[in-house]
Amino acid sequence: MFGTTSIPKGQTLSIKTKMFLVGSVFVVGTSFPAWAALGGDIASVQADQFHMQGTRRVTAAAAYTVHEIQGASGTGVREYVSSEGKVFAVAWQGPYLPDMRQLLGSSFEQYAQAAKAQRSTRMRRGPRLIEEPGLSVEMSGHPRSFSGRAYIPGMLPQGVLAEDIR
Amino acid sequence: MRALQKLLAGAACFGIVFSLGCGGGSSTSSTSTTNTTPPPNTIASAAANVAPITVNTGPLPAPNLYANGAFVNVTLCVPGTSTCQTIGEVLVDTGSFGLRIVSPQALTLSLPQQNASDGNPMVECLQFLDSYTWGPVQTADIQIGGEKASAVPIQVLSDTDYAVPDSCSNPSGGSSADTVQNLGANGILGIGQLPQDCGVNITCPAIANQYYSCASATATCTPVAVAVAQQVQNPVSLFTTDNNGVIIELPAVSGAEATVSGSLVFGIGTESNNGLGSATVYTSDPSTLNFTTSFNGTNYSDAAFIDSGSNGYFFNDSSIATCPSSVDFFCPSSTLSLSATTQGFTTGTGTVSFSVANADTLFTQGPNDAAFGGLAGPASTPPAPAFFDWGLPFFYGRNVYTAIEGATAPGGTPPYWAY
Repeated sequence: MFGTTSIPKGQTLSIKTKMFLVGSVFVVGTSFPAWAALGGDIASVQADQFHMQGTRRVTAAAAYTVHEIQGASGTGVREYVSSEGKVFAVAWQGPYLPDMRQLLGSSFEQYAQAAKAQRSTRMRRGPRLIEEPGLSVEMSGHPRSFSGRAYIPGMLPQGVLAEDIR
Repeated sequence: MRALQKLLAGAACFGIVFSLGCGGGSSTSSTSTTNTTPPPNTIASAAANVAPITVNTGPLPAPNLYANGAFVNVTLCVPGTSTCQTIGEVLVDTGSFGLRIVSPQALTLSLPQQNASDGNPMVECLQFLDSYTWGPVQTADIQIGGEKASAVPIQVLSDTDYAVPDSCSNPSGGSSADTVQNLGANGILGIGQLPQDCGVNITCPAIANQYYSCASATATCTPVAVAVAQQVQNPVSLFTTDNNGVIIELPAVSGAEATVSGSLVFGIGTESNNGLGSATVYTSDPSTLNFTTSFNGTNYSDAAFIDSGSNGYFFNDSSIATCPSSVDFFCPSSTLSLSATTQGFTTGTGTVSFSVANADTLFTQGPNDAAFGGLAGPASTPPAPAFFDWGLPFFYGRNVYTAIEGATAPGGTPPYWAY
């Protein structure tokens, strides 16, 4: 919706974020370790921030808030938190893959098993698309440029579509 | 400081794709375009800067026959000696950087270990999209075709030499590519757009979880920062000549072929056989190594790439059915002729015509075939994070140049592709 031009390197993420999402934006500076992410409660977002040695930015949309963690490695993660305080989706983008165990929390084992079972026809090498009962994971890109998302379909707040997770 | 700049550049791109890259997709049916048959591409004959490429089914028996895998022979020697081993069925991958060989299934040579700055053995973890590679960094003299590079840090793939840390296995969910069985190849020859596998002239940061110090085979390995010269290197960059990039030259494939022969040509504009000719240069974003592709109303801005290590075209088109049998590939009822436009990061614009065939039919009619010109499969649906992946079929019938960042090459400033 913003056309096809590239963003100059110097332009900050926050400007784009402000353009993109309605609501207030504020930076969360401190963090405390806890556990779980996808499917977990809001405290788990702090755990992810701690794990990624990152800074966090929070934006509010109608039915959820987005916690955007910029990790020290250059990879950023967006965590979608419902009004009930549950993380129902995560998305990532950057030069390195995120720690999926940290990010997927209790869904990690399901992801890992589905991934290993997905040895598909003729040594297929391409994007990884996992559709499991209760878990959707999409991973795309290549070394130096990865992106993807994961969400729990049954936890999407009313009126929120999968395409809203990006 | 340069490391920081690189990371900040990566951070900026995070914003690009999330908020811009994949806007406005439509699900209208795919369009056909007029298809003028281009003249056949010229494939370089034997020369010092040429290594033969074969597209074959790889080292494994059925049912693990490789589709659209391009393989070469690589000779490794203990540095400074004539103790050498030639390894075939090494996958040619323009999507990664550096040589990785499975041990001991393929590599039996004993190579000198490279140490981390703390004196312990240095071990690497590289994340691919669907798997990790793990194993010690060792040095070898490398010869490919007639080109040689000395004392090149390579990755020796093994999950047993040193215990795999969770931070290495977690991203892929524990999917290892460290055996021939899992990899479908004896190794990976990464000859993409970077001279090292962590970036260009940057110290690889510990937080990247890419290089580790391992005190012993059973110790818990810890991530470490690694200086440029110690990182796994794209061997092409270390050749004494013809070191600014490569050309992959494969003939056209319509339908299926048992095997296909072509050439991996080293250097761009350095010899009489590797000039740019009439190819158009498409620069890529130095921080992401992506360019732009527009297809079917969706603009994959800074979210498209050319990758000989992907074995099909992978993109979103909800109007094309996926296969009942070969899930994760497309199965249109008849072969589709499609078209997309590609645009470089700073320069280069052109149209690409390509076809998408029924993968189930291809694999049923050619159960032992290796090369499939119309092999394609689905990818994520924009506006979700998504890429347009031009895999090996893109290379059939088209000489594709890959120029390495930091090098000097004709026609533009690398990193770039040209075709």
